[in-house]
Amino acid sequence: MKNIPISAMIGLFFTSVYFIMAVFAPWLAPYGMAEIVGDVWEPSSSEFLLGTDSIGRDLLSRMIYGGRTTIFIATAATILSFTLGSILGFFAAVSGGWVDQAISRFVDLIMSIPSLIFALVVLSVMPTTVPILIILMGLLDSTRVYRLARAVAVDITVMDYVEAARLRGEKIGWIIFRETLPNALSPLIAEMGLRFIFAVLFVSTLSFLGLGVQPPQADWGGIVKENKEGINYGIQAALYPAYAIATLCISINLVADWILNRTTSLKGGRG
Amino acid sequence: MTEPLLKVRGLKIGATAYPPGEKPIDIKIVHGVDFDLQPGKVLGLIGESGAGKSTIGLAAMAYGRGGVEITGGEVWVNGRDILKERLRAVRRLRGAEVTYVSQSAAASFNPAKKIMDQVTEAAIYQNKFTKAEAEERAVDLFRKLGLPDPETIGNRYPHQVSGGQLQRCMTALALCPQPDLVVFDEPTTALDVTTQIDVLAAIKEAIAATGVAALYITHDLAVVAQVSDHIMVLQQGDMVEYGTVDQIINAPKEDYTKALVSVRSIRHEEKTPTDTPVLRVENVTARYAGTDFDVLKKINVDIHPGQTLAVVGESGSGKSTLARVITGLLPPSDGTITFDGRELAPALAQRPIEDLREMQMIYQMADTAMNPRQTVGTIIGRPLEFYFGLKGKAKQKRIQELLDEIELGDGFQDRYPAELSGGQKQRVCIARALAAKPKLIICDEVTSALDPLVADGILKLLLNLQKIEDVAYLFITHDLATVKAIADSIAVMYQGEVVRYGTKSQVLSPPFDDYTDLLLSSVPEMKIGWLEETIAHRKMESAGN
Repeated sequence: MKNIPISAMIGLFFTSVYFIMAVFAPWLAPYGMAEIVGDVWEPSSSEFLLGTDSIGRDLLSRMIYGGRTTIFIATAATILSFTLGSILGFFAAVSGGWVDQAISRFVDLIMSIPSLIFALVVLSVMPTTVPILIILMGLLDSTRVYRLARAVAVDITVMDYVEAARLRGEKIGWIIFRETLPNALSPLIAEMGLRFIFAVLFVSTLSFLGLGVQPPQADWGGIVKENKEGINYGIQAALYPAYAIATLCISINLVADWILNRTTSLKGGRG
Repeated sequence: MTEPLLKVRGLKIGATAYPPGEKPIDIKIVHGVDFDLQPGKVLGLIGESGAGKSTIGLAAMAYGRGGVEITGGEVWVNGRDILKERLRAVRRLRGAEVTYVSQSAAASFNPAKKIMDQVTEAAIYQNKFTKAEAEERAVDLFRKLGLPDPETIGNRYPHQVSGGQLQRCMTALALCPQPDLVVFDEPTTALDVTTQIDVLAAIKEAIAATGVAALYITHDLAVVAQVSDHIMVLQQGDMVEYGTVDQIINAPKEDYTKALVSVRSIRHEEKTPTDTPVLRVENVTARYAGTDFDVLKKINVDIHPGQTLAVVGESGSGKSTLARVITGLLPPSDGTITFDGRELAPALAQRPIEDLREMQMIYQMADTAMNPRQTVGTIIGRPLEFYFGLKGKAKQKRIQELLDEIELGDGFQDRYPAELSGGQKQRVCIARALAAKPKLIICDEVTSALDPLVADGILKLLLNLQKIEDVAYLFITHDLATVKAIADSIAVMYQGEVVRYGTKSQVLSPPFDDYTDLLLSSVPEMKIGWLEETIAHRKMESAGN
């Protein structure tokens, strides 16, 4: 783990701070998530480090619990979209022919509908619970992952070593997981960093519109929504979640860049 | 003695490598090379890949490709040390006094611009000629280079002429600004032999007619012997030997040069065909989906157990397609393939595993034939596990046996393909094929991407393995020297048909059909004056007709 460049160090540091906060939220937060402890929009003080929110809850505690919700939903949705998208993408690329056509055209169909509108429509008829949110975001995002995975895998499946595996009589599972996947990992990891950020933004957008995480449960988009009136009076409360989202974005991308750099040069593999 | 046009003294060239996870390393590519080139003479630079020959050629234009840097020495062109000049002065030299012809004309021409505009560009940019003068010169050069329709060929786009013609256009491009020196970087390597001879003759005539000096870079000694006055042999950035063409090819002094001159001296006694061929291809016709012409037309060939059938032909003759049909990657539209007494299913997916095991394939590019993320142990071990269910110790033992068989020995199991040399990679591919204990191995241009000495080693290994394992080879190649070295029988393919087929001695002895004659006479021989003789002979024949 030596020779980590400074940018990756910064990225790793902030990413781990956020994830540790998310995991240990109940122990780290000074107050309860929905506990009303002070006046409306108190300025920051030694008692309330970031002040209080629109109904007098401690903003730091809300931020920590909100981060937990946001990061959990984004992580789960990213994992779902990557597993589904890349497996389907590889399967389509390796199979080729009408299988590829059928899956690809279906994905095109889904992608042609703006994902926010699609999500709003679905959420207006479905109950807005966390599992539903995760599945919806995962499915919608998997179309993007599918596109990338298929494009990368199509390049790989024409390589002679894949042909050699086919001539050997290997099953499709071996070709996908042993021949294709290891060589497609670098672009996928880079995309994963990016997709995670999009998932954070997406869940925040939904919550801001009132269709995501429901009160009193906190999440970063929700905190912006609850405190947006305060901006008119010069209250910073709505901006803290924005700072949090921005720093998380940048630090995750710094880490993804570093992993990408490492894996592309590794053992002469392709990028 | 007149002042040399190009004088190189103590030329040192280096580059920086960035191995992952380690500190950057400075590598020396060329360690101090000296030579002179008189006006109007041709110097051949010869060596294997990595010898630094292209790097030296580009240094004559004060250019280092990629991360390559000229670290020391002097390069004098027309009495000026160009390494000491500013970039602006060097720029005036490039494309005016020194020009360059690259290996792949197809990749070097801009596909969106007409040939004429590209050929005259440097001459006009450097203010050597006006547009009208440059175009007149270009047409004159097209004529000298034997291009068809010299008046109008310049109006075509690069994709509208053939590969050999494009290479000649590139020579015209280099000669158009009336340079004093042209650097030819493997100008015929990417061409078929029958095309190569014409391009070679055209280049030679053009050099003679314009009186330009040239550096001719190639790995093929027989080619360089035709066009050069002097030859410099390079090995890993050092000059091994320098002399006249006559001295280098007839009386080489250094061991390395001797090895290069005597390469492909393998002798292989042909075996007589048996009664029961291991593979019989009958009336096979095939076409690619979505096309309306047959790539293979009624092919009939036999391969006998433990023997080698060489399939020769130019690119596009259908020889690789034949391999794809036999392996089942491209089901034939007509005809049958019988393997070991049983008829093979046309498509790969319908063939039982045993059929797949008994027929293995080795590819031209060992780089892409091995998964870069698998170790040598995994690559060779997989067929053992897959076909024979070998595991653990037994598998390890067998892998080591195979590695010994391909003369690699200990310590290779845990290496990745990127950590092997070109020859070693090809050996691992051979081991992977052998691991399946096949009856037939299809070798698709397995030595084409390798340096001559390394290729020689691979051919010797293949012959040796044939004796031990009693495996038959279907050997696809465009190189007749390889064919002579290893074949028992030969099939000559031309435009999807087998034009000549028989045992090696039958195919290689007269009377020849027209195509085989053309193919055989186009292979460069390591003999001064071979080019002129062959061209003269052809002219006589066509006059006689």
